[in-house]
Formats: sequence, structure tokens, C-alpha cells
Amino acid sequence: MSEIMSALNAKVGRRSFLKMAAVAGAFGATAGFASEKVTRAATEEEVKNPYPGSKLVKTICNVCSVGCGVVAEVHNGVWVRQEVAGDHPLSLGGHCCKGAGMIDMIRSDVRLKYPMEKVGGQWKRISWEDAYTKISTHLKAIREKHGPDASMFLGSAKMSNEQAYYLRKFAAFYGTNNIDHQARLCHSSTVTGVSNTFGYGAMTNQLGDIQNSKAVLIMGANPAVAHPVGFQHFLKAKERNNTKLIVVEPRFTKTAAKADMYVRLRSGTDIAFIYGMIHLILKNGWEDKQYLQDRVYGYEDVFKESEKWTPDVVSKVTGVSEEELFQVTKTFASTKPGCLVWTMGWTQHSIGTSNTRVGPILQMILGNMGVEGGGCNILRGHDNVQGASDMGCSSETLPGYYGLENPAWAHFSRVWKVEPDYIKSRFKAPEMMNKNGFTLARWSEGVMKNDAIYNAGTDLKALVVMGCGITSTAQLQEVKKGLDNIELLVITDPFINDAAILTDRKDNLFILPVATQFETSGSVTATGRNVQWRSKVVEPQYECKTDHDIMFELARRLGFYDEYTKALGDGKGKFEWPEDATREIARGIRSIGMGGHTPERLKKHQENWHMFEEVSIAGMGPMKGEYYGLPWPCWNETHSGSPILYNVNKPVSDGGMGFRLNWGVEKDGVSLLAGEGSAPIGSAIAKGHGPLTLELLEKAGATFSEEEKAIVAGKNFATDLSGILIKKGLALGLTPYGNGKARAKAWNFPDQIPMHREPIHSYSPEMAKAYPTYPDKKDHFRVDTKYISAQTRQDYTKEFPLIMITGRLVTHSGAGAETRASKHLAKLNPEMFVDIHPNTALNLGIRNGEMVWVYGVEGTRIHVKAKFSQTVDEKTVFLPFHYMGKFQGKDLSENYPVGTKPYATGESANTVVGYGYDIMTQIPETKTGLCRIEKA
Amino acid sequence: MDYARMKFYCDESRCIECDGCSVACAEAHELPTGISRRKVVTINEGIPGKEMSTSIACMHCTDAPCQQVCPVDCFYIREDGIVLHDKNKCIGCGYCLYACPFGAPQFPRDGAFGAKGAMDKCTMCAGGPLETNSEKERHLYGQNRIAEGKVPVCAAMCSTKALLVGDAESVSNVYRARVMARGGKGANSPYGWDKAYKNQ
Repeated sequence: MSEIMSALNAKVGRRSFLKMAAVAGAFGATAGFASEKVTRAATEEEVKNPYPGSKLVKTICNVCSVGCGVVAEVHNGVWVRQEVAGDHPLSLGGHCCKGAGMIDMIRSDVRLKYPMEKVGGQWKRISWEDAYTKISTHLKAIREKHGPDASMFLGSAKMSNEQAYYLRKFAAFYGTNNIDHQARLCHSSTVTGVSNTFGYGAMTNQLGDIQNSKAVLIMGANPAVAHPVGFQHFLKAKERNNTKLIVVEPRFTKTAAKADMYVRLRSGTDIAFIYGMIHLILKNGWEDKQYLQDRVYGYEDVFKESEKWTPDVVSKVTGVSEEELFQVTKTFASTKPGCLVWTMGWTQHSIGTSNTRVGPILQMILGNMGVEGGGCNILRGHDNVQGASDMGCSSETLPGYYGLENPAWAHFSRVWKVEPDYIKSRFKAPEMMNKNGFTLARWSEGVMKNDAIYNAGTDLKALVVMGCGITSTAQLQEVKKGLDNIELLVITDPFINDAAILTDRKDNLFILPVATQFETSGSVTATGRNVQWRSKVVEPQYECKTDHDIMFELARRLGFYDEYTKALGDGKGKFEWPEDATREIARGIRSIGMGGHTPERLKKHQENWHMFEEVSIAGMGPMKGEYYGLPWPCWNETHSGSPILYNVNKPVSDGGMGFRLNWGVEKDGVSLLAGEGSAPIGSAIAKGHGPLTLELLEKAGATFSEEEKAIVAGKNFATDLSGILIKKGLALGLTPYGNGKARAKAWNFPDQIPMHREPIHSYSPEMAKAYPTYPDKKDHFRVDTKYISAQTRQDYTKEFPLIMITGRLVTHSGAGAETRASKHLAKLNPEMFVDIHPNTALNLGIRNGEMVWVYGVEGTRIHVKAKFSQTVDEKTVFLPFHYMGKFQGKDLSENYPVGTKPYATGESANTVVGYGYDIMTQIPETKTGLCRIEKA
Repeated sequence: MDYARMKFYCDESRCIECDGCSVACAEAHELPTGISRRKVVTINEGIPGKEMSTSIACMHCTDAPCQQVCPVDCFYIREDGIVLHDKNKCIGCGYCLYACPFGAPQFPRDGAFGAKGAMDKCTMCAGGPLETNSEKERHLYGQNRIAEGKVPVCAAMCSTKALLVGDAESVSNVYRARVMARGGKGANSPYGWDKAYKNQ
């Protein structure tokens, strides 16, 4: 203290400071202190750089799928600060509060530091050896007694592609399809709905491409809050292109505040609204007739359905006025190109898979697909949920969306270099290999059996959760029962998973501390299908191990390590992680074109962030000929990546393609091949054709040597591991997956064209009678699931008169375990609350900031603070879903192991979300429920 | 020799209250949670046509009122306009907070009997009077990025580039280009500039 005081003595007055400070960067600035004994002249390096000898490590943020670049400055093995990732082509150096606080993933005091076991209701610290021994012994016993289907694995959208792929592989080698991850809860209905319409179920354009749009229709999405850095592209579009932002949404969100047009509609009535638009489009002749004829199957049925959606009917169902409907339709239909954006507001419904089909259909009717500035910009959630979906960490498919039928297993046996009979031997019975497993939404039924289950004759006895916030699903009280009653519960995470404290169980609960993505390297796939490389910033902290270390060790102890790692490195256990896994993925996943994502190419993109354009993401200089992140499909090692899907205005070598020929060549006498002339530029076949095979290529003029013929005989582009078919196909300008028509009519869906059905818990019993939900479904991912019987169980509106919507806050992510563990984020939004309109609240006798009870339809309730807000209308309330630590009024603080409690806790919205799941994917219906609010 | 005049500007047409700036600042300078050098506020939330968000911190004003009222003269103003102060001279009286139109001065409140600690505020990442880039400067004032030739973190990390910082002329140019792109709609001058800089 005294040295400082003497250094600041009267001699060194303000003028000297002015002179010194203004000359930034010159080491002479500190000359004034040179005479004091406590300081020495700073070296030039020190004045410029507070951390001499530090290195800057490039990685990607771990929160959402925008995939912002993160630059970590590391000094002596310590991450000292975040630097600006100004070169990153997608984020341009920007961060939201979560990205700006990524360093807290390492710095947070409440990180899990060592393995723990709950014994007799007490948390005990144990060693890794102890943990591994106990867990593997228990798993082995369960597997031997009840079969592999008695276990369920929940893996992660937070892992790298390599780790997610290896978790899916782990479940396969363990012998079960009971594996799922976060995509189930957010975009499973997108993947199923969109892939059954276009061929691939992913975002069709790019965030940067939005700057090419002239109109953006945002329904069921709030990108200003959920994808803040991505939202800069929307704002720039407004400036650069005079783009019209149209938001149709039950709440006046932050996104709506920036919109040119905002229309409030009743939640759950999006299909009715879109049909209203289609009705007006046809009436005014605004549809793209030629496009529909050449490239879409089954649109006539959609046209027929739209006839009855006249503006007055739409108005009655949606609450939108006829004028507003017309205004939105006219603007969007006549301002081209236009893109459509949706997220959970469309996916999390019992009709989610119909919502996600009606949007693509609208875009095709308007001719907005496969063009720059158009498309369906479906914004994904977690940082690697796109990647984890692609890696097949889901209960209805193997990696790469190959499915679960026998040809898929045959393909992966070859990729994994094991005999098909070996894999078969791991399963209880051959038919279990083809059966969808339980989902993240309803796995607890495998324990509690409120509805009948079909799980190879056994209950679920073990749950292994690796990086999955499993409290993010509807009916949390049922999830709790599952957690309380299952025999063995293993949870691995960097921060305490809320599932571990929600449960009251006293024993057989293991917590393993896992290293974050900053403590390992690997690839991660952003929402635009761009694959990015993450470099390791610091070594695993405390006693943490990486997810893959845990998988490998468990595989060793469960006896399948050798087979599990056969495809890596030398096949004898010597391999380079993650690079050899990246190579395995590139070799094996051809269906969606991961063949071009070699570790070398991905690392080069990371090195050269600054060489990619902002809007087109085209590479320049040494990166010319490639798009940033090689958006899949990137068919092989020389392919550029495909930024805009279904674009026939480009050759295949530059990312062009038509729709996928995925459902045969004809249906009911109508051809499913693309029409004459609608093929990518330079395609040797100027119309529709099937996926690449030896026969098709030879017919198109390719020549094969005898050796090559032997290799590719009987294969197609997706099952040919040699890549020969793709190579010869690209040389002829042919799209590997064929060139077909998109399907407006999906004959494998219960509603072949999207139909409006009221939510399970509908605001209007009259509407629910006019537009009832589906019949109950048997054996839906191994459990009977109610639809009409749940909807008609009672007139919910008598006791639960308010529409309830859950959603996001910008400061938190998912179940909140990571963001609530950051002091700064917790400070910004420390408490759970309910947004309620002042009129509604005052009529209920509730003042702003008072505590209230929110009652859910299943008999549960939560104790939260009321927050007056005009963002909701008088019949709707909004609950953020990021909190845990309190359950139905009971504080769960005592359940947290010492030193792991996050800085913010609260009730979970999902405690009061009722029974409702999508008909095809079982995604929970959280975006349109009912509740009652009373003063506490 | 012409010196730059550093200014902040937050474009309220682009600010979406993502709080990236406030957390970037808190992390960069390792602030205690009781101190918010930079805050984001939203007014008229939920009201179409009126809702507006903006990011506020010290504006580094011309003729800074805080410096004018300080009884112990702990402020010093650089040639480039950045307003800094000496925490070791500060007596925590709070006059600067009364004088500041933007509420920038913050006071840690963990002292006994509710005593306020020494004032803390945005330094535009230019540190303080202690030795540049020393451990002590970092501990008391945070990073000195200006000395490193780097941009203040808040604006550098703004998710939508709503928040800008830099030489007044460069910032004005960016603002002007945006106003023109928006068809001339919006404020005549950036929000808060007439209060802070008196058009100087």
C-alpha cells in the first residue's frame, strides 16, 4: 500500500498521467516509476502483453448451435482470459452473455471435482477405481439377469461428434437401442418431419444467407433470445436488404420488438395459420406452379385441404384477424426470396411433426426452396445437437440416419470392422435390433409403467446419463418417480446434474465428474451443418475424466473394448483421439455426406477462420473452393460442402443438389423422380434419377475397372465405403443421393398431409371437439402413449383457465445446470418467475413480485414469483424452463453435495407441464399447455 | 498532432439485451457480482413500437461531471477522453454517482455498517494509475486492453455489434451508414451523446 502511495506522490501530477497514458503502447509510459525500488522498467513485451509467452487457443462455444468462435488465452496451462474471436466467419467476434462467460465453465467454484456415491442418503467421495468397479459390476449383473434392454443410456448434445458417435456405438455394443439425447426434446419433430418432406431433416440454408432474404417469417422461434449472435444476421438483413421481419407468435418477444410486423396467434394453431396463408396464396395465384409440378409430390391434397381454411375460419381458430392474415401473406408471398424460421414453438407439440412439414410445404408452394435467401432456417438448440443427431445418438436410428433395419446394421458392422453375428449376439433377440428404444421424453415409464411397456420383457433397471439435462422434459414428477425407483443411476457431468438432486433415492446413485469440451478436442456441428474443430484449451481439471475415457473404461470392464475400438487407428488399441474417430465417421457416414470431414480439413478451416466471407461463407485465397465448415453433405475429400440445400442452380461440385430420392421412384402411379430440367447444373442426367449405384453410373457413362466393380457391387452411395461411387458420380455432376421430388404428402404419417389438431390440453373445448387429437398410440417407442384419452379425460379449462407456454431466457441454457453455476449469469436472472399480464394478475389479486402457485393439469404445482409483463396477453402466461433446486415448494438445497450447489435455484417449469407427446417422435408438448395461478 | 477522442455508442435498433457486453466486462475484469460496470436495460417491454434496449456504462464524458464534483480530485482524464480514477484516493463519498447522468459509478457494499468501498466504474478497458499491465493494476482496475492495443471487450464481443467504441469519427461513420440504410429513421444523434459529449 505504501509503495503505491509514494508512487503517486505530488510530483507525479495529473498532467504527467495525461502524457504517459495517452501514448499507448510505448514502454516509456512507465518511466515515471523507474526511480522507485519496487518497480522496474517494463520490457516492451510486458507493456504490450500482460501474459508474456501465452498462447491463443481457438475453440467453439459450448452453449448453442450458432457455434460462435471462442479464443482462449492460456498462460502456463491456465486459461487466463477470453480474447475476441473477431475472425470467426459465423459469429464475427460476438458473444451473448453465455458465450462471453465460457471461461466460467473452467473457473466456476461449483464444478464437480471428484466421483461421488450416495450411500444411505449421504454423499460419499469415492475413487475412480471404486466408481468404475461398482458401476460395471452392477451393470454386468443387471445385463446378465435382465438382458441389455434393462439399461438406458442418455447421451449428449454437449459432446463432440466423436464422443456422441462413440456413445451410440457403446449402446450398440452393449446390446440395446435404449439410447437417446437432447434432440428428442427439441428438434426430433423437425428431423422426422423435414426429412420426410425434403430428404434431409436439417436447416436448409445458412445464418449468413439470411442477409440475402428480402422477407423473413419467424414462427415459433425467438432468435433474439435463443440465438443472439445469429440474430445479428437478421438485423443486418434489415439494413442491407430492407428485409421485412415478420413475427407470428403468442408473445411479444425480443424478436418481435425488432420486427416490422408482429401478429399474435394462439399457441398451437400454426397449421391453421399456414393453411390460411396457402388459401390466400392460391386464391391470388401467388404460387410457383412450375416448381410444384417439377419438384413436389402430393401438393394437390394440400391445396384441397386449404380450401376450407378461409380467412374467417382461420381467424376463429387462431385468434388472428383476417386483415393481419392477409397482410402477412401478401408481404411474405410477394417479397422473394423469403425464408422461414422456426424452433421449439413449432416442434414441441403433439402435432410437432405436422408443424414441421407444413412450413416446408409453404416454402415449396412459394418457390422459396433451394435459393439463396430462401429456405427453412431451422435453428437448432445445443452446440452439438445437430452433430449428436447426425451421430445417431437417438433411439430410432444408427449414426447417419441409416435407421435400425438390417441393412443399416450390416453397414455399420463393416464400418466398425466386426462380424454382424457378433453385434447380433450382443442383443437379447434379433428383433430387438430393429425396435426403437425408449426416448428421453418417456424413459421413466420403463420404471413406473403407468402406461404399458414393451421392452423385451423387462423393466428399466439402470440409467446412465452422460451430459444430458434430463429435467428438461414434461411431467417432471413422473421423471422423479423414475429416478427414485430405478435400481442403478449413474450421472456424468461437469456440474451437478439436477436429476441427481431432484431424486430422493438414498443409494446406488453415482456422480462422475466429466471434463468440459474446453478440456478436450474434437469436432462439433453448428446449426447450418457447418462442422467446426475445437482445440483443447486446458487439461482436464480436478479429477475429471473425458466422456470418451469413461466410455472406453466401461467398455473394458464390460468386456467389449477390443471390438469397440477395432475401427480406430491400428485396430489393436493404438489410436489417436479424436482424429481417428473423426476418420471413422468420415469413412462410415456417407448418407448425409460426412465423407469430406477429415480432421486435416477441419483443422485447416479453424486455422483460416479469417478467409471466409460473411454472407456466402465461401472461402478465399487458400480456402477458395470450400465453404466454411464444409456444410454437409460434403461428399468427399475434395468437395466444397453444401451451404444451401436443394439448390439446382449450382453444380453438385459446388454444393448443388435436388431433393433426395428417398421413397422409391413412384407412388400410386405418380413418379417421384424430379421433372425434366430440374437437375443441378452440369448434371449428366438432366432430370430425376435414383441414388448412385454401379448400374446407374455405368448407364450414365462412367467406366469401372473390374477391381472397382467388385468393390462396389451391390452397394449404393451410402453403403459404399470405398467412396468410388461418389467420386465417379461427382465427376458426372450427379447428386449421390438421387434427384427426386419432395413430398407434400407423406404416406407413412398418420396425417399424410399436415392437419390442424388442438393441443392435448386445449384452451377451447369447442375447438378440441372440432379438431380432436390423434387416437391413442400403442408401443410408441416401447410405451403406450395417450392422445385422445388424455385430451378428453376432463374439461381442463374449468380448473386450468390460462394458456401456459414455456421458453427461454438469454442468460440461461437448457436445464440450467451450467449457466446457473456461473456467478455473472446467475446474477442477471437469479429467480424463477412467471410472466403474467397485469390485468390477469390483478384480477386474481396478485401484485407484481408476489409469490404465487402455478397449478398444472396433472395435479402438480410450483411456487414462483409473479412478474407483470405485457409480452403475454391476458389469457397466456410464460414460464422460463431453466431452473431446478426446488420441487413443488420444497427447497432441495440439502440434496446438493457440498460445494456443488449452483448460484441460482428455483422451480422447474416442467413440473407443471402435462401429459402430451408428438405422434411420431414423442417430443413433449411444452409450448401449449394449461395452468391455474393462485396467490401463494 | 491529432488525438483520437474515444466514445461509446449503443445502437438501440440492434441491441437485443443479450447481456453479452455486461458479462464480457465482468469476466474480463473479474468483477465481484455486486458490481455491474456495464448494464443493459430494456424499457417499455412488451409494448409494440416502444420497446427498446440499450447498454449503459460510463460514457467518458466531455467535461465529466464526476471529475468536477470529486472532493479529493481522484479522477484524471486522458487526452483521448477516457475518464479514469485512482481508487486509493477515493473516499467512497458517492458525489460522483449523484453527478453522473448515466449512473456509472458503483460502490462495493460489503463494508461494516453499510460503508461503501472505493468507487468502481468502467475504465474503457484502460486500467488505472498503477503500472501498466501489472498484477496490481489488474487486481484493482481490471485489464488494460488499450495499452495492449486492443478493443474494449464489451463492444468487441457485442453479439449484434450494437455497441461500438472507438474514435468518435469512426463511430459516427458507422452510425451514419446504419441510419442511411434504415432510410433515415431513428435518432438524429446517438442516444445519450448530447448529454455525454455535448457534441464535442
